[in-house]
Amino acid sequence: MTITKGGRAKAPNDGSASSTVTSSAAAKHAGRARTSHEPAAGTAHAAAVERAQREMLHEGPSTSAMRPADPGPRGARPRIGADVVCEAILRQGVDVVFSYPGGVILPLYDILGDYPELRHILVRHEQGGAHAADGYARSTGRVGVCIGTSGPGATNLVTGIATAQLDSVPLIAITGNVPSALIGKDAFQEIDINGITLPMTKHNYLVRDANDLPRVFAEAFHIARTGRPGPVHIDITKDALQQETAAAHPDDAEVRAGLPGFKPNLHGHFRQLKAAAAEVEAAQRPVILAGHGVLHARAEAELLAFAEKASIPVAWTLLGIGAIDERHPLAYGFMGMHGWKHVNRAIQSADLLLAIGMRFDDRVTGNVRTYAPYARIVHVDIDPAEIGKNVAVEVPIVGDAKRVLEALTPMVSEVPRESRAEYLDQLAEWKRDSEASSWHGSGSWRDGLLSADYVVQRIGELTDHEATYVADVGQNQMWLARYAGFRHPNTHISSGGLGTMGFAVPAAMGAALGAPERETWAIVGDGGFQMTSQELMTLVQDQIPVKIALFDNKKLGMIRQWQEIIYAGNYHSAHLQGPDYLKLAEAYGVAAIKASTPAEVDAAIRFAQGVDGPALVWFEIAGEQNVFPMMPAGKGLSDLIEHWDGEPS
Amino acid sequence: MTAQAGSGPAHTAPPARSLPGSGETRLHRLVALVVDKPGVLNRVASLMRARNFNIDSLAVSRTDQAGLSRMTISLHGDDVAVEQAAKQLYRLIDVVKVQDVTNEPTVEHELALVKVRATDSNRAEILKVVELSRGRVVDLGPESVIVEISGPEADVETFVGLVRTYGIKELVRTGAVVMARGSGSIEEARKK
Repeated sequence: MTITKGGRAKAPNDGSASSTVTSSAAAKHAGRARTSHEPAAGTAHAAAVERAQREMLHEGPSTSAMRPADPGPRGARPRIGADVVCEAILRQGVDVVFSYPGGVILPLYDILGDYPELRHILVRHEQGGAHAADGYARSTGRVGVCIGTSGPGATNLVTGIATAQLDSVPLIAITGNVPSALIGKDAFQEIDINGITLPMTKHNYLVRDANDLPRVFAEAFHIARTGRPGPVHIDITKDALQQETAAAHPDDAEVRAGLPGFKPNLHGHFRQLKAAAAEVEAAQRPVILAGHGVLHARAEAELLAFAEKASIPVAWTLLGIGAIDERHPLAYGFMGMHGWKHVNRAIQSADLLLAIGMRFDDRVTGNVRTYAPYARIVHVDIDPAEIGKNVAVEVPIVGDAKRVLEALTPMVSEVPRESRAEYLDQLAEWKRDSEASSWHGSGSWRDGLLSADYVVQRIGELTDHEATYVADVGQNQMWLARYAGFRHPNTHISSGGLGTMGFAVPAAMGAALGAPERETWAIVGDGGFQMTSQELMTLVQDQIPVKIALFDNKKLGMIRQWQEIIYAGNYHSAHLQGPDYLKLAEAYGVAAIKASTPAEVDAAIRFAQGVDGPALVWFEIAGEQNVFPMMPAGKGLSDLIEHWDGEPS
Repeated sequence: MTAQAGSGPAHTAPPARSLPGSGETRLHRLVALVVDKPGVLNRVASLMRARNFNIDSLAVSRTDQAGLSRMTISLHGDDVAVEQAAKQLYRLIDVVKVQDVTNEPTVEHELALVKVRATDSNRAEILKVVELSRGRVVDLGPESVIVEISGPEADVETFVGLVRTYGIKELVRTGAVVMARGSGSIEEARKK
């Protein structure tokens, strides 16, 4: 390998345009068994997973016995706070943690080896650990766990915790802190991390006494996955990790009794359900808006039953992707700022919006004053604070999406498709128009390089739409949402609320471990990739089979798009140099291939699929392709920009 | 280039959708029961700041139930915004119950201590004002008196205005605490 000292690096993509393959690493790791994270039936772990899933779906305590506190591996060694941490994590059905050691968390690392069933993934940066735990949680529908030390280890977790908070992902973030006696003394690597995570977690704890740890962990898991899910942060002083304790893990009833202020309402109020049913009866142009809450509640079947009974088309938010199979006749499309024109058009002309588990984010509504001007709104959400926050609604229903839909469906009359034929036919026509006009899928764009929507579509097709697809942020995220074609819940993972660049690779790492039965693809731009590419080494060390589709336009594409359209072409800082990604991949030992023309795309995707372990495909995509339509910030859903001077329509 | 995406059923332009929180603002009183744990006050204050609610006053104390504290939060906002504040408070795990008592008959009280500049020539006059205002002198010095005054905020306001002419050296007010009239109880209601 040559190191260029000083000066500019050589342009990475000169020379041959043909596919280049770096596959020594693949050969090296071939044949190594993957570790499955699906528990074997009948084991204590399987029972713990079942318990966790039941609680996530609010189905009440499991009849299966709580996993006993494991006295075994310690041998003669006394039980300390750090043991409680491991016991508690295992009891909750989690078998993998993403972690990075440091001074004050070392007592935990000192005993981690005694818990071989708790797999530890040593990430390369705590942010990667938090995103990986997030990806694990989103792909499994269970709680993800990440661990860091005090000070910088803790602050590095913050972006990942905030990402989970904005997208309601159940996450437990554990940090060590300095010994109790040093708290508040500005000790080495001391920072008030509890104060920092307070506004970005569902709840947080500072534990100074090991005897509190069983209760705190049981509460934290219960809070993270009950009601509207979210991240919980547990900060533990070093002395509490080292302290001997005999404190027992509480049972479910004790946990609930200890949280008098935490009682999420699951069932919609009967009067409100009746009001909602009446709205559905009266509506001529109803649209369902399905959000992340449908996936959290696993209410896909109930959503379908409701939509089919009343013949109502279903639109979805970014995080609502997968709530309905996109091939279903009533599946209408992705809404919002870069959503489909026909979907936004349907919303703007609707007379009733049935919003289920979504929160009228500004990327969904645009200017609220002009949003869905003819529509009355029924809003179903498990978090009462979401109702009436961004838009005023006619019928608020606080409850879990599954239970509300179960109750609502029998209350509405059956409406055959023919009764809505005029409306549904018009929508179908709008859909045909907008799909035809939004597509640049010939394969290559006007600069001869790949068009991104084509690449995304091919990834979807060559994986039979059965993979887990993890987006980064920006144009790649929108292309994925629009063109991959989704069939199943929890197969699309995207940082929707916080919009965290650098999310895709580490989140895909967690998703691949959480759902090993699926192929996992990270769709990432060259900007986001360069933010967390250090996790390539984690993928190799732990042989986590993530396939990375690197969309390299040598730009911060969404920044460039905004600058072109909103900032009069002032492209400050939009151009982004990158390394030779094949050499980078080779250095890490990741099998890699490059594709620059449509003819190379399929072979490159198949190459990655054929690698047993992580692989990277470097797609050289068009430099100036935009995502259209686009709703400029502050404008309304009727103000979509569909093309721009200089781009073929 | 823009395109009109919506073609609605009506031919007239629809009225603009109202923005939650953009209505007329007035003073609201929220009563919150919270778990008596370290950091709860910080959680409440942090949430109100982050959600852009401006607190006029906040009074905290224990209740008669072990482990339970009570906050009286006074804030200005329109009814929707304050309802949103209450619902955001509910999201805090340590908040057990929140009630907006603005529209209910309540007893509302605030206590203030006022250190008023006093001289031999006007001390008698000050004491008369204190007496007529149903205040109480709690410290009498050669150059000042400390007066304790309690009652509805408006009464405290009036008294402070009256003694300001003599010169106020120091003023401290607790902020209002409120309790709904009648036999209903927020502490009992939370158990249901």
